[in-house]
Amino acid sequence: MTAQLRQTAAACPACVAAPAQVAEPAVQDARIALSLPGIHCQACIANVERALNAVPGVDSARVNLTLKRAQIEAVPDMQADQLIGVLEQAGYEAHELDPGALSATQTDKAGRDLLMRLAVAGFASMNVMLLSVSVWSGASDATRDMFHWISAAIALPAIAFSARPFFVNAWSALRVRRLNMDVPIVLAIGLALVTSLWETSLSGEHAYFDAALTLTFFLLAGRYLDHRTRAVARSAAEELAALEVHRAVRLTEAGEEQVAVADLAPGDLVLVRPGGRMPVDGEITEGRSELDRSLLTGETLPVYAEPGLSVSAGEVNLTGPLTVRATAVGQETSLHRMADLVAIAESGRSRYTSLADSAAKLYAPGVHILSALSFLGWYLYSGDLRVALNIAAAVLIITCPCALGLAVPAVTTAASGRLFRKGMLIKHATALERLAEVDTVVFDKTGTLTAGTPELVNLVDIPLRVAQIALALAQASSHPLSVSIASAATKAGIVPVEITDIEEVPGFGTQGVFEGQRVRLGRGAWVGAEPGTQTAAWLAIGSETPRAFLFHDALRPGAAEAVTALQRAGKDVRLISGDTRPAVEALADRLGIKIWQAEALPEDKAQRVRDLTDQGHKVLMVGDGLNDTAALAAAHVSISPASALDAARVASDIVLLGHDLSPLADACATAQKATRRIRENFRIATVYNVIAVPLAVAGFATPLIAALAMSASSITVSLNALRLR
Amino acid sequence: MNILTYLIPISLLLGGAGLLGFIYTVRSNQYDDPEGDARRILSDEWDDQPKP
Repeated sequence: MTAQLRQTAAACPACVAAPAQVAEPAVQDARIALSLPGIHCQACIANVERALNAVPGVDSARVNLTLKRAQIEAVPDMQADQLIGVLEQAGYEAHELDPGALSATQTDKAGRDLLMRLAVAGFASMNVMLLSVSVWSGASDATRDMFHWISAAIALPAIAFSARPFFVNAWSALRVRRLNMDVPIVLAIGLALVTSLWETSLSGEHAYFDAALTLTFFLLAGRYLDHRTRAVARSAAEELAALEVHRAVRLTEAGEEQVAVADLAPGDLVLVRPGGRMPVDGEITEGRSELDRSLLTGETLPVYAEPGLSVSAGEVNLTGPLTVRATAVGQETSLHRMADLVAIAESGRSRYTSLADSAAKLYAPGVHILSALSFLGWYLYSGDLRVALNIAAAVLIITCPCALGLAVPAVTTAASGRLFRKGMLIKHATALERLAEVDTVVFDKTGTLTAGTPELVNLVDIPLRVAQIALALAQASSHPLSVSIASAATKAGIVPVEITDIEEVPGFGTQGVFEGQRVRLGRGAWVGAEPGTQTAAWLAIGSETPRAFLFHDALRPGAAEAVTALQRAGKDVRLISGDTRPAVEALADRLGIKIWQAEALPEDKAQRVRDLTDQGHKVLMVGDGLNDTAALAAAHVSISPASALDAARVASDIVLLGHDLSPLADACATAQKATRRIRENFRIATVYNVIAVPLAVAGFATPLIAALAMSASSITVSLNALRLR
Repeated sequence: MNILTYLIPISLLLGGAGLLGFIYTVRSNQYDDPEGDARRILSDEWDDQPKP
C-alpha cells in the first residue's frame, strides 16, 4: 500500500505538466530492501536517498530510520549489489535483505488492530468518565438517569468492540475447561455492565460503566505494550533471517544460472564459489579447496576438499571453486535434520510457567470464590438480589487484575528496551524471567568466545626475509590464514618482496618464484612438513626446511570481560567445544575457565546441559554453531550471536546483535532487576486489593472508590516499571 | 440544564473527530518511521519546492 501511495505521489507534479508521458511500467518492478546499520541522522537519510535516486533505473528510494532500512523501487533487472556499491562509495554500509522474509513486518495487522481498540476504549472511557464525574459531584434524579443512559449508550458498543480480544481468549480457555487471566476480566466487565444496566433501568445510584471501560483501557494498554515488545524483537529477528539471501548457482547444460536454494533438486550440480556457504548436502564432483566446518562441528582447522568428499549444507568453501552434486536439499539436509534434535530438547522447556501465569493461577479462583461468597452472604443477609448482585460486581471490579495485567508487560517492555539499546534481542516472552534464574553459564568456543578468525601468533620469531616472502604470497590469496598473515605483517611494517609467477593452488596454498627459487605457502603436507595440532600455514623456500606460521583463534571482543563479570557475579562458567583438546585447553586457560570439555559431539553438548539441569542448575547456554542447537534448546535459557547459523538463532531465546560479548553479564543483572520489579508490582497490586476488597465486601464501595483504586494501582505499577529504563 | 442537550452531543462529536483523526493516521502508515519523520523536517532539501 505504501508503495502505491508513494508512486502516485511521485507521479503527480509530472501529471500536470505532461500527463501523456506517464505510463505504468509493463513489467513488475524490482523491489529491493537494504539494511543500513550505520545511518543515524537526517543528513544520512538525505545522502542515502540522493545517492540511490541518482542511480539510473531507480524509480524511488525511501529510508526508514526507525528500522534502519531502505526500500527501493527499480527497473526489473536492477541488482542489489550495484546499489550496495553506490552506497559504499557514499560511505554507508549496506546489506541486502530478502524482501520475502520481511513481508510480515510491514503489515503489522495485529498491532494496528490492538491500537485501534485501545483508541476506541480510551475515547469512550474519557467521555464516560466525564459524565461520571458529574454524577459523583452531585447530579441527581432525572439528570443522573440521563447521564447513566448516555454512558450506557457509549459503553456498550465501545466494549463490544474493544474488549473483543479478552472475550476471545477467555472463551478459548473456558472451552478446554481452564482458567486464565482473561476469565475474571470478562466476568468483571460483563457483570459490571449487566448490574449497571439493571441499576440504571431502576434509576439506581451506582453504575459502573466508567469502571468497565477504564478496566478495558488499562488492560488493552498492557496487551499493546506486550505486543509491541514482541513485534520489535520479531522484526529484528526477521531482519537477521532476511540478511541471508538464499541463492545458489546451478550448473546446467546451458551454463550457469542463479536460482533460489528452495528450487534446487537432488542430482543438480551446484557451483560454490570461494567464500560461499554450501546450500545443499552433496558430494564434490570437481575442484579442490578447503572447507571451514566450524559452524557445524566447532573445529577450527580447515578441511581439505577434493572430488568424492561429502559435504554438508552450512560449510564454508574457502579457496577454490567447487562443483557439488546435491544429494539432499532443503528439509532433507543435515542442517535441517538437526531440527528434530531441537524439537526433542525443546519439549522440556515448555514446562516453564511464567510469573504472570502462576500469579493468575492463584488469583483467578480466589477472586471468583470471594465474589461468589459475598453475593451469597449478602443475599442470605438482606434477601435482596439487587443489593447482592451489586456488591458481587463491585468485588469483581475492584479485584480485577488490572494492575496484574500491566505489571508484567510494563516491566518487560522497559527491560527489553534497555537490553535492545545494548544490542540484545529478547525473542521469547519469558526469556527475561528465565535469564534471571541462571546460575551456570555454558559457552561454546568457536564463533562464540572466539571470533572465528585466525590470528598470527609467532610473527616475532620469524626472520624478516621469510616474513617478506610470506607477505608477498599471502597477499595473492583470500584464504583466511593468508589474510591474517597479510594484515599482521603489514601492521608490523613489513614490505613484501617481488615474487613472480604467483598462482593459487586451490586446496593447497599459494606458490611463486623468488630469486629463481620456488616458494610455497600453504598446507603442511603440500610443502613437505609434518603438520602439528595447532592451526598453521607453512612456508617453504626452495629446498630449505619449511617454516611454520602459527595461529590461534582471535577472541571475540568483550569475551574476557563477559567471562570475568559472570564469574564475579557468582555464576559457574563452563566451556564445551567440538574442537580439539589443545585448542580448547589453551582458550580455557586464557580466559580463566576451570571446567571445560573438548571434542564434544552435538549430542554430548545437549546431554551435558541436561545433566546440569537434572542436578538442579539453571543453565544459560551461549553458542552459535549447528552443533550447539540441541544444547541451546535444552538449556533453561539460551543466547546466540547474530553471526550464528539460522538454526542456532531460531533455537535460542536471545540474540546478541553486536559483535561484542560484554553485554552478557549486564543482561543477567538487568533480568534479575526486571523479575524483582515484576514481583514488586504484584505486591503493590495485592496491597491495593487488601485495602479495597474489605470495603467492597462490606458494601461501602462506590464507583468512585473503584475508579480511584484501579487508576491509582495501574499508574503506580507502570511508574515502578519505568524505573528500570 | 437544557444546555446539556447541546453540550453533550458537541463533546461527543469533538471526541469522535479526534478518534477518527487518530484512526486515519494509523491507517495511512504514519507510525511506520517515527524517528525518520521527526528528522526529515530538519533537512532543508525540499524547502524550496515539494519533493517531485
